[in-house]
Amino acid sequence: MENALDLLALQPPGWGGNLLRGLLSTIQIALGAYALGLCIGFCGALGKLYGGPVLRWSLEFYTTLIRAVPELILILLLYYAGTDLLNTVRGSMGWDRVDIDGLWAGIYVIGFVQGAYSTEVFRGAMRAVSNDQVEAAKSVGMSPVMMHRRIIIPLMLPFALPGLANLWLITTKDTALLAVVGFSELALETRQAAGATKEYLLFFLAAGTLYLLLTLVSNLLFGLLEKRLRRGEARVT
Amino acid sequence: MVWDWLPEYAPRFVEGISITLQLLGLSIFFGMMLAIPIGLVQVTGPWPLAWLARAFCTVIRGTPLLIQLWLIYYGLGSLFPFIPGIRESMFWPILRDAFPYAVFAFTLSVAGYEGEIMRGAFKGVPKGELEAARAIGMTPFQVLRRVWLPRALQNVFPTLAGEFILTLKATPLAATITVFEVYGIGTIVRQETYRIYEPLLFVAAIYVFLTICLVVFFRFLENRRALPRI
Repeated sequence: MENALDLLALQPPGWGGNLLRGLLSTIQIALGAYALGLCIGFCGALGKLYGGPVLRWSLEFYTTLIRAVPELILILLLYYAGTDLLNTVRGSMGWDRVDIDGLWAGIYVIGFVQGAYSTEVFRGAMRAVSNDQVEAAKSVGMSPVMMHRRIIIPLMLPFALPGLANLWLITTKDTALLAVVGFSELALETRQAAGATKEYLLFFLAAGTLYLLLTLVSNLLFGLLEKRLRRGEARVT
Repeated sequence: MVWDWLPEYAPRFVEGISITLQLLGLSIFFGMMLAIPIGLVQVTGPWPLAWLARAFCTVIRGTPLLIQLWLIYYGLGSLFPFIPGIRESMFWPILRDAFPYAVFAFTLSVAGYEGEIMRGAFKGVPKGELEAARAIGMTPFQVLRRVWLPRALQNVFPTLAGEFILTLKATPLAATITVFEVYGIGTIVRQETYRIYEPLLFVAAIYVFLTICLVVFFRFLENRRALPRI
C-alpha cells in the first residue's frame, strides 16, 4: 500500500503530478472541443433548418458520414489531413512548414467530430419548440435574429440539454483516443507511467478514477444547469 | 491516390472483417446475458444487488473504454503469469492471446450501457400485463420468460440496435492491444506501404459498409418481431 502511495506521489519520482497534468490537458481539450462542437452544431442546425438545398445536402452528408465512421479513424484522418492541408496552404504562400500544437490539433479534431452529433441535437431541439411561440414572436414584429435570441434559443435549451450533457461526457471520454495519435493527455500519461513502473493495474485504476470523478462532477453541474433552465416551467406532478 | 497495394492485402482485410464481427457478436451475446440481470435487479432486486448493479453501470459508463481495455489487458494480464503453474495449464494459450481480453472488455462495456437501457425497458412494461400473467398462475420465472422480458426487449429494440452500432464503431480500439481486426490490418498496411490516407479511407469505407449491413439486419429483425398494431 505504501508502495502505491509512493508511486502516485505528486513529486517525482512519484507519477501523480504527471497524471494530474494529463487530466488538466484532457479537460482543456474537452472544453475547447466541446465549445467548437457547439458552434459547429448550432450553425449546422440553423443551416439544416433554414438553408437552401445545397447547404442542407452538404450538412446531411457531413453528419451522416461522421456518425458512420469510428471516431478513432476520424481522428487519424482529420489529424493527418488537417496538418497536411495547413502546410500545403502555407507552402503555397511561401511560408515555412509548422508543427501544430497537440492541444489545438486535438481540439480541432474532436470538435469537428462532436459538431456532427451536436448538429442533430440542436436540430431536434429547435424543431421541438412549439410553432405557436414562433408565430407569436413573428406577429409582434420581431426580426429573425431577435426571435432566435429571445424566444427560440431559451425555449429550445431545456430540450437540447440532456443530449448536450451526453455529448459532453462522450467528449471527455473521446479525448482518451488522442493517446493513440500521441497527444499527452491523461490516457497517454497513464500508459507511460504504467510502462515505466510496470504497475499497470495501479495506474489504469487511478486514471479510471480520475475520469469517473470528472463524469460525476459533470453530472452534478448539468443537473444544476437543467434545474435553472427549467425554472419557468410548470411542474409535472 | 495509389491503390496497387489493395489486391495483395485483400485476404487479410477479409480476415480482419471476420475478427471484427466475431468480437462484436461475442461481446453483444455475453454482454446482453449480463445486461438483462443487471437491468432486472435494479427494478425488482434486493437493494444491495440493485446498488451494486447501479454502481457497475456508473463506473463503466463514466470511464473511457480505452482505459478499461488497457486495464484489463495490461493490468489483469500482468497478474496472470504470477499464478504458479499457469504456464503449463490448458488456459495459458487463451490467456496469452489478446482476443479474449478484448471480448471481456467489450462484454463489460456492453453490459454497462445496455444494463441501463434494460432497466428502463423492464420499468416500461405496463403493470397490468404482469399482474395478468401472475393472475393466471404463472410462476415468477414464467412471467419473466413469457411476458416481462419479451415485452421489454420489444420496446427498446431500436435503442439497442443503435447501441450495438456504437459498439461496432468502438471495435477499432481492440487494435491498440494487438487484436488485428479491420483497423489493425489497416495499420499494418500503413506501416508496410508508407501510405497514410488510402488504407485509412479504405478502412473507413469498410466500417460504413458494415454499419449499413447492421442497420438493415436490425431493421429486418425489428419488422419480424413487430407487435401487431391495434
